[in-house]
Amino acid sequence: MADVLRRAVRTKGHTVQAAESAPEGRRLGKLGKRGRRGQSHLLFLLPALAYMVAFFGYPVVKNVVMGFQHYTTTTFYTGQAPWVGFTNYRAVISSSVFDKALLNTVLFTVGSIAGQFLTGLTIALFFRRKFPLNGVLRSLLLLPWLVPLIVSSAVWRWILDQDNGVLNRFLGALHLVQDRPGWLTSTSLALFAVIVVNIWIGIPFNVAILYGGLQDIPEELYEAASLDGATGWRAFRYVTWPLLRPVVSVVLVLGVVYTVKVLDVILGLTNGGPANATQTIASQSYQLSFQQFDFGQGAALGNILIVISLVFAVLYLRANRRAVEQ
Amino acid sequence: MAQRRAILSRTTLTVALALLAPLSLSACGSSTGSSSGSADTLRVMDYYADQPDKGIYAKVLDACGRQDGVKIKREAVAGPSLIPKVLQQASSRTLPDVLMLDNPDLQQIAASGALAPLSDFGLKADGYAKGVVDASTYQGKLYGLQPVTNTLGLFYNKDMLDRAGVKPPTTWAELKSAAKKLTSGKRYGIAFAAPATYEGTWQFLPFMWSNGGDEKDIATPQTAQALQLWVDLVKDGSASKSVVSWAQADADDQFAAGNAAMMINGPWQFPILDKKTSLHYGVVQIPAPKAGGTPVVPLGGETWTVPQTGNAQRQAKAAKVVACLNSDKNQLSLAEQRQTVPTRTALMDKFAAEQPRMKAFTEQVRNARARTGELGKDWPKAATKIYTAIQTALTQGATPAKALKQAQDG
Repeated sequence: MADVLRRAVRTKGHTVQAAESAPEGRRLGKLGKRGRRGQSHLLFLLPALAYMVAFFGYPVVKNVVMGFQHYTTTTFYTGQAPWVGFTNYRAVISSSVFDKALLNTVLFTVGSIAGQFLTGLTIALFFRRKFPLNGVLRSLLLLPWLVPLIVSSAVWRWILDQDNGVLNRFLGALHLVQDRPGWLTSTSLALFAVIVVNIWIGIPFNVAILYGGLQDIPEELYEAASLDGATGWRAFRYVTWPLLRPVVSVVLVLGVVYTVKVLDVILGLTNGGPANATQTIASQSYQLSFQQFDFGQGAALGNILIVISLVFAVLYLRANRRAVEQ
Repeated sequence: MAQRRAILSRTTLTVALALLAPLSLSACGSSTGSSSGSADTLRVMDYYADQPDKGIYAKVLDACGRQDGVKIKREAVAGPSLIPKVLQQASSRTLPDVLMLDNPDLQQIAASGALAPLSDFGLKADGYAKGVVDASTYQGKLYGLQPVTNTLGLFYNKDMLDRAGVKPPTTWAELKSAAKKLTSGKRYGIAFAAPATYEGTWQFLPFMWSNGGDEKDIATPQTAQALQLWVDLVKDGSASKSVVSWAQADADDQFAAGNAAMMINGPWQFPILDKKTSLHYGVVQIPAPKAGGTPVVPLGGETWTVPQTGNAQRQAKAAKVVACLNSDKNQLSLAEQRQTVPTRTALMDKFAAEQPRMKAFTEQVRNARARTGELGKDWPKAATKIYTAIQTALTQGATPAKALKQAQDG
């Protein structure tokens, strides 16, 4: 996971553009023309293919199949998992928690992405200026990324505690609140609190990639734009934003895919409570599989989550293709 | 473009993979089989990974091994990873010779066929508290023996109660008025744990069961009355609203820090509370609904089993180790060292006399129930419904009856 993130960061700006400019058509043409070379190409592909099939293809297929089976603890010992068709899907979708979990997943994802992206972009733009300690501060921003999630959620739980939490003590001392708000214990606030913590966790990722993207915008363009009278907001609107867009779409799609499946933050802070107020599809899937031992239903929910992720992947690819065609 | 697409599909697949954890359990079994080999070393697995439990069990296991002429090769894993590990070993046929399970998990694992009935080795659970036997029995057959158990009680801060002129409550009415009286300033009258986990269910069971509630159908007036008690305690400020996010350890912290005058908790908190020398506390039984009532509490603790390893000779020796762990001597010594209660009823009087502060727990164990006693492997679903109803009633202002009905209907 961290590896993928790092790779994504590295793929900012130059690399992305370089990859894009490599003409795919020509490479394919070569394959057809020289069969022998094509075969050796295939050989080079084999390790990667084998890896993909073993570690990605097989699990996905297995999970899809599991969603149609009555898969319990017994299955692990006997290997028997009776085929039950769509029973698991019917069960998880008709359960009263599903609607709530789906809505929470949407709110959690949209809220987290919006917060992470806007804050991340603001910070990234701020760091474009040259000022002392710029580099030090920027690396400090990465800290939330370095703290294990279990640790940071434990600390946040302590900060957000209703009676003795630092936040409520602080707000109380400033006379900002009358009653101590139950950040993690009130059904109306808990989702908000969990989103805020997740935004805090996601900011470094957004800053790192967006800052990289900003570095790739040539300074001359701003000079030319300012000659034409575009400075400040207009420089952002007509120079920065259009040139940053490819990076923005990477950040957003990766963000959605990471956020939709967030589990550790929720388990660490609320475990889906109070009264399912922070239950998402991912946390519900985990509970079904690992707490209620109903692996079939857990897999069914997991598959629904994969489909949601895939929808975003397809949207992203289409948007991208359109951009290339233009 | 190509590279970006590759990143994307990689990410999508990473997500997919993350959701497929169950699979990895079945896919990667270790190759250290136990079905072959001589019978002079037995593999033992439990979750006593922390001191002092780790050392206590290392000693008693080694002693039992010596008695049966086998060496013990023990693996202590962290609590939450025991069941995933057991499932993985079940599918790769690498289960240990002796396996410890948390008692509500036994029927789940026994149902899979991975455990051997102890009657195969001539072991019986005669003279054990009924609830303990129920937990280790699946479809009429005994699969585990549990040397010691524990349960919940009402802890109270002696100094605070004395100052307020309050006696430890024995009924719900007394509990409510005592909690209210003891609440002042930042101090709550009582602390308990009602999180959205099985711990919340576990803490609620003494109230639900003592009032005649039953897990088969939670939408009953008896269970609603029990839930009403908790709602009342939170509503009138005698208990913190944070109970819905507290684990038992959090309730213990509050009690130890003097932020709560009483708490519902178990004897495993003794070592932590004893570290605070200025704290003077006592333990009584969980208050009953009415005067003269008997509290019915849930049983905790772990049971020892003999998995189906396919090697009769080793299984026989493993059964001897399980029997040895459950000998009268070891029950008493484990109970004494680990602040738990021996499970053989004949030992209880002696134990309670020797360990005064375990008295309340010991008395309650006689009438205690197993969580899986009625529903067996369907217990997790029922337990989820119970904590969901608790949370709904405590946070959303739904009446207990409505919250329970809603949870029961799923």
